[in-house]
Parts: sequence; C-alpha cells; structure tokens
Amino acid sequence: MATNTIETDLVVIGAGPGGYAAAFAAADRGIKTVLVDADERPGGVCLNRGCIPSKTLLHAARIIAETHEAKAMGLTFGEPKIDLDALRKWKNDVIAKNANGVRQLAKSRGVQIVRAWARFENSTTLLLSSQPGGEPDQGRLTYRHAILATGSLPARIPAFDIGSPRVIDSTGALDLPDIPKSLLVIGGGYIGLEMGTVYAALGSEVTVVEMTDGLLPGADRDLVRVLANRLKKDFKNIYLSTKVTRLEDTLKSVRVHFEKADNATGSAPPPTEFDRVLVAVGRTPNSKNLGLENTRVKVTQRGFVEIDNQCRTADEYILAIGDVAGEPMLAHKAHYEAVIAVEVIAGVKGAAKDARAIPAVVFTDPEIAWAGLTETQAAQQGIAVEVAKFPWGASGRATAIGRNDGLTKFIVAPESKRILGVGIVGVNAGELIAEGTLAIEMGATAADVGMTIHAHPTLAETFMEGAEIAATGSTTHIYRPPR
Amino acid sequence: MKDFKLPDLGENIESGDIVQVLVKEGDVISPEQPVVEIETDKAVVEVPCPFGGRIVKVHIQPGQKVKVGATLVTVEEAEGAAPAGPAAEAPAQAPAKAPEAAKAADAETAQPAVAGKAPPPATPAPPTAPPARAEEPAAPRPEQPAAAPYDILKPEPAAATPTGPSPGRSKVSRPVGPPPQPKLAEGEPIPAGPATRRLARELGVDLSEVAAANPGERLTEEHIKRFVRERSAGLHAAPAGAGPAVHVPPLPDFAQWGPVERVPFSSLQRKTAEHLSASWLIAPHVTQCDEADVTELEALRKRFQQSVADKGKPIKLTVTAFILKAATVALKEFPQFNASLDSAAGQLVLKRYYHLGVAVDTPAGLIVPVIRDVDKKTILQIANEMNEVAERTRNRKIGIEELRGGTFTITNLGGIGGTYFTPIINYPEVAILGVSRAREVPVLRDGQLATKLMLPLSLSYDHRVINGADGARFLRRVAGLLEDPELLLLEG
Repeated sequence: MATNTIETDLVVIGAGPGGYAAAFAAADRGIKTVLVDADERPGGVCLNRGCIPSKTLLHAARIIAETHEAKAMGLTFGEPKIDLDALRKWKNDVIAKNANGVRQLAKSRGVQIVRAWARFENSTTLLLSSQPGGEPDQGRLTYRHAILATGSLPARIPAFDIGSPRVIDSTGALDLPDIPKSLLVIGGGYIGLEMGTVYAALGSEVTVVEMTDGLLPGADRDLVRVLANRLKKDFKNIYLSTKVTRLEDTLKSVRVHFEKADNATGSAPPPTEFDRVLVAVGRTPNSKNLGLENTRVKVTQRGFVEIDNQCRTADEYILAIGDVAGEPMLAHKAHYEAVIAVEVIAGVKGAAKDARAIPAVVFTDPEIAWAGLTETQAAQQGIAVEVAKFPWGASGRATAIGRNDGLTKFIVAPESKRILGVGIVGVNAGELIAEGTLAIEMGATAADVGMTIHAHPTLAETFMEGAEIAATGSTTHIYRPPR
Repeated sequence: MKDFKLPDLGENIESGDIVQVLVKEGDVISPEQPVVEIETDKAVVEVPCPFGGRIVKVHIQPGQKVKVGATLVTVEEAEGAAPAGPAAEAPAQAPAKAPEAAKAADAETAQPAVAGKAPPPATPAPPTAPPARAEEPAAPRPEQPAAAPYDILKPEPAAATPTGPSPGRSKVSRPVGPPPQPKLAEGEPIPAGPATRRLARELGVDLSEVAAANPGERLTEEHIKRFVRERSAGLHAAPAGAGPAVHVPPLPDFAQWGPVERVPFSSLQRKTAEHLSASWLIAPHVTQCDEADVTELEALRKRFQQSVADKGKPIKLTVTAFILKAATVALKEFPQFNASLDSAAGQLVLKRYYHLGVAVDTPAGLIVPVIRDVDKKTILQIANEMNEVAERTRNRKIGIEELRGGTFTITNLGGIGGTYFTPIINYPEVAILGVSRAREVPVLRDGQLATKLMLPLSLSYDHRVINGADGARFLRRVAGLLEDPELLLLEG
C-alpha cells in the first residue's frame, strides 16, 4: 500500500488545453501546482486525439485537394501517392512535438506532472491510481484548491457498440489504421464532417448520415449551404433526416440499416455495406468515475459540472473549466476559463467569465466559422437584427485562389448597427473569424469595421466590405440597383 | 382592451417592488381605483388605475420588480357596454411584425453566380480595376462649377424640378462619417471591451449606469474611472450597499462555521443603505454632544398634556414637538445649518423654509417623513401633525412627497434608551440632531444638590459647511431653549 502523500496548493486534474493553461497560469503567480493526467502525454484530447491531429490530417487533405484544383490552372500533378505510414508518423510527430513543448513549459515553470488516474476521496484529497478506478497505489494528494479539467469523451450509442474493429470513433479514425474503400460517418456535426473530409481526400468513398434535416445543426443555413455544395461533390452520399437503426459486422464489412427520421418523408436508403463506420455523434463530459460524489460538486443530468461565472463549483475547494464544465466544448473556451479560474483562486478582483463571443470553427473545406449571435439564434430568441452578407464572388483574392465559394455575414443591431454576430464560410474562415470576435467584444459598429482599412488583396477585405453593407447598405464590389 | 402601465412616480424613480396586488383577474374596477401597492424609494404607494373596467389579465405578482412603463394589468373597459366581442379582439390579433430580412434577401440575390467552379471571367470586377459603370454616380459634370464638387447629388437649380419620385442613388448621398449613435435597444449588450468590463467589476461599477451617463458611446476604461471619480464627488448614486468606489470584498462562506439563513434585503433597506453610505462618504461628520436640563419643560409638557387631554383631544404632546420648535429657532439664527452644499457650483444653498424630518422606526426600516414649515406652526400643531404622520408612516401609507424637501432631521431614540450616539446626516442636509432618553441626575446648583431631568443631545454636522465652534453654539442654543420653555414659547 502506498503511503506517500503529495501536498500542494493547487492541483489541476487533466492536462488538456484548459488544464495545462491553468497549471501554468497558477505557477506564474507563484502558486505551487501539480498537474495530474492519466495520459502518457500531456495535451489532453485536443493535442492527442482531437484538434491538433485532425488539423494535421486536414492539412494533408487540403494539399491533395489543391492538386486536383490546380488542373483548372493548367497544372497537373497526377494522382497523389499516399504513404499512410509516413503520414501517420508525420501526424504523430506533430503530436509529440507539441506534447514535448507542454512538458518543457511545465518543467521550466516548476509544475509537477503526475501521471495517474485521480479520484476524489473528499473535497480536499485525491486518490491517485495507475489504473482507472483502481487502488490508490500512487498515494494521496492533498490540496487547497483543485481545478477540474477532465474534458470530454466521444459520445457512445449502445446500439452501435457491437464490438467490431470496423466501427470506430473519432479517436480510432485519427489513428489512421488504413484507408477504407467505403466509410460511413454517422453524424453530420463538425467531427463527422472534418473526418469525412480527411478520408474523402485520402480516397475513401464517404457517406454521411445525419438525423436532423441539415448538416452542422446550429449553424446558419446560408453558411452551411456553401459547404454542402462542395461536400456533395466530395462525398458519395449525404443522407439527411435519416437514422441508423442497426450495425451488423459481416467480418468483411459492416452492414448498416437505415430508417427515415421521425416526421421525415421519403424512403430510407436500403441496407448498405461499408468497410468502416465512424460514429461521430457528439461528445460527452468526462465527469464519471472521478469520485465527485465524495465532494459537494453538483453535476447536471447531462454530466456537466455546474459552475458559476467564476468557474466555482458548489464545492468551495473545487473549480471546473473546459468541456467538463459546460458547452461549448471548445479548447479555446477551456483556455479562457483556465485563466479566470486561476485568477479567482489568486483573489484577482473582477475576475469573471463574461465573453460575448466564443468563436466556433468547423475545419472542413471550405471552413465555417461564427462568433456571437447567429441569425438562427436571433430568430429563435426573437431578437430584432439586421443581416448583411458579402458573397466571396466579389472578392478579388478569392477569385485569384479559385475559391469564390464563400460568404461573410454580419448580424447587427438594427438601430446602432453594433456588430452582434459574424458568420463566415470560405477558405481560412477559422482565421478570419478572429476579427469578428474582437469586433463583438469591443462593441464595434459596422461603420467602425467598414472604415478600417483592410489590406488588399486579402480575404479579410470581405469582412470590411460586409461591414460596409451592414452600415450603409452598399459597398464597392457589389452593385445593387437603386430601389 | 387597455393596458395599464406603471406610470411615472416622479423623483427619478424608475422601478419598484410589487408589495401587493390589490385586484385579481375578473374584478371590475372603477376609475382611479388602486390596483397595486408598490414599494419605491422610501414609501409604499398605492397605484390607482385611471380607467375602470374588468381586469382581464394581471401581469405582475408580489415581490416582482417592475420598471416604469411595465404593464401592470389589462383592463377591458366597460364603457359603451360593448361586450368585447370579435370587434374588440380583431385588432389585437393583427400581426404586428416589423419588416425585416428584406435586406438579407437582397444580399442573397446580389450574390454573383459562382459557387466554386465559375470561370474567372464570370466573377464580378476584380477589385484592382473596377470598371466604371454607366449608372455609377459619375464624375462631376463639366459645367459644374469647380467650387462645389462635394454635393453633386444635391439638386441644382436647373434640375430642381423633380422628374420623378425616385431619381435613385439615394444611398450614395448617405452622410459620410460614423453614423449617429442611437440609444441601445432593449437587451443589446453595452458596448465595452472585455478589459473595460472587468475594470467595472473590479471597481463595483454597474456598466449600465456608466452607459446611461455616456449615451451612445463605446465605453472605455477611462469612462469607468471618470464615473468612479464623479461618483465619489456625489454626482452619481452609489451602488447598493456599497459606497462610492469602494470594492466590497467577497464574503467568506459563513456556513462553514455554523448554520446561516439568507433573507432578502428589501428595496427600502437597499435605498437606505445607499443613502447612508453616500452621506457618510460625502460629508465629513463631526458629532457634538450636550445635555439640556428639561426638568421644567417636562413639567410644562405634563401640564399641557393634561389640559389638552381635558379638552377631549387625544393629542400626544411629545418632547419631540418641543425639540422641533427649538431646533427651528436655532436654525433661523444659524442659517448654515439649514443649508446644502453645492460643491459643483461652489455655493452654499441656504433654505428659507424650515421643513424638519423626523425619523420614524417602522418594522420595514427607517423612514423619515417631513413636517413642513415648522416655524409657522404652534407646538400643539406640530405634535398633532407628528402623531398623524408617524402613524401613517408606520402603516407604510405615507406618500413620497411627504418624504421629500427636508432641511434638517431629528432622530429621537429616547423611547428606547441609551445616552449619546452619532447619527448620520440625512444628505444633502448638513446636520442632524440625535435625542436620547432623559434621565434624572443629581446636580449641584448654588451649592445645593438637586435632582434634574437631563436630556442627552447629539448633533452630527457636515464639517465642510459648519465649523466646530458653530456646532457647539448651535447645540447649546437648542439646549438653552429646551431648558427655558417660556423663552421657547416666546421665540418660537
């Protein structure tokens, strides 16, 4: 039986983008900090099984796609030769490089990383184990403050848990075991579409099945439409308003049975065989098996830890950040909360969450990004807004790169023309949205943005011209006949 | 059908808490019948509905905070005996949607035919070389005088006769420069960046108050700092429970040391807290103490009380009535005590009226009704009025008007006990007189030991306006008048 007990001022449970950011911020304030994570490498889902590896593969996919697009410019490369082992190694090297960076940063700050499964014995003590749910063979850890940053896991649907190696989740898909000839993606959300894009570029015939009547539920339809137009060409099939009722492993493939969603018309596709099935039906907060029942932390029905605007849980010793602490489950939200949680612990006056815009980016091709109020939300909540759109067909730079499939839209307050929301679809939308987020946080009006000089020729000009439309109703590169 | 909305209650009151709803759905009310009781500022007021009819809907409930303009009840007017049939209903069902999305639709139709594979020539003009279009608001006409090229869209004398209602291009004539910044729409976030918002929290500033003080502006950290400076100078009301620029540190979890209960801090209590905090922070307080020998006064009071009672009038003749009179005499002689400091204007406002506030202890909290023109009233009249007003105050039936306009305040804790205390000035007044319980003390007079009834007096004053010597003089004068009731009756 282990007898050692670690004592620390702060323990951060989970070394993802929220957890390590919190640990570093605390260490920078001179708080003695221990970071606990069961993973071999720090970085959490984001670095090991999420954002970073998926973007690495999406970049490869983009290059492949560009070799095809180049044909229109008179450049022909022939079909790419894909060395999957080398690609996998490249991806793993990216992960390793980043993880080493995190380790290095922890070391230089004096943050101790403990590799263990942590479970609360009570509000101020953690049991550390080398096995999930196992004996505390690594002893105990007592602390004055804990920040819970355990993230989330791919959501699982019991009916799809058929124990087949051909049925995988996002983690399995990122492992890149092979390039299946045919791949079914269950779920038309951002994970399914991003992974579908990767596999389609690598040569798989990708089919997406989505239960609701559109891809990317929650995003504005006009943005999704631009993406859907391209995916229709890149993917073999997109089944909307369709459910998967049953998966059967035939030992060669998976036979998938479909059914129309409730209230949907038309007939479902016939049972079809796929080499592989990717289940991407969302993520679920990782709040189980942590011994939270031994603390006063409150957990919602959906498994999120309840926090206030200072990231404090119902247990005064424990704060929570990131995916486990609520939607949206995004790494950058976790990072934002990490800094605030540490400030709260350090007693910084005024520290509280009050973000008005959390950018969301779908790294498909083209990318979709939005921040602040969406047109859909405005309609649902009955908020009076004006919407202005700048189609990328009118952007010189978009034309130069052969990617006019884009749209920049503004959601503004009708009177003040204050920017309440921004939505972008197009190449690099994920980078462009940063300006929209800043505009919203700073309370910029459409006129402020419209009168800010944007470099030419850039895609960012679409932001300026869209704002001009929102402010004045017209802009240089769009002619609208007088009414 | 008619909505009755919370009317303007005056005195900058923007909202109140519903104490009681006096009607229910289905009730028939007559015009001017009170429908709700609202707690505002320092009073509970009944709000009458100017029109009568049947209450169709009650939109509020007790405990709710309502703003001026909020709908309280919907009344179906009885007039005309129209049974509110389809004719009355129809207009209410008419859709009242604002025309929207027209702009969005336009933008979409303006989308050039592209979507990925459109050949480059099909796309609109490349930004580097926009082709001049025929219908573009073109260059100035040759005959245009060179001096006036900046209003080419303004109709010239020759072309002044409009050929049609829409010569077009009205959009281009839009004024250049940032659009005027109108007031924020309901629910629209206050324009302020994250660092500004944080500073506001840090300094305990309500952003909406800063926004109200700077309409149409995007708030910066400078706005917040200026607001705090101005608030310290008394230009803005302090936040609930906190004084100007005072950060209230977070409370510990008291439950860790034992059971606690949390009860609401009522609107009246909040107002009182704000008011007292502001006074404490704005006016440097000094409290001067003295005592008055009221042996004679007490004898006189008892005698009068008896004679008043004999006449069958149930007037309670209190010492406070005499003190009000004595204070008024002193206020006339020391005008700076009956004043307010206008620090912005650099002036002392001397008031030529003598309206004295009397603090009344009620179950809900401290309320200070004002007795007007004390100098023109007899002690009996004052006593009579005080009894009546105190009674209504305790029953929370006092009007807001009756709480305003005081020039000096008296707070008498004699009924409870104690000797001296340090009352807080009822800002923007500059002095307050605290009265404690009179007690019999042995006093040496002319070598003789005698028993005298001594009344402890505590005068707090605003040291910015009143110096210490005048403070002592004023209080001695009040005490002197109380010690010599005949003089008081002569001078009062």
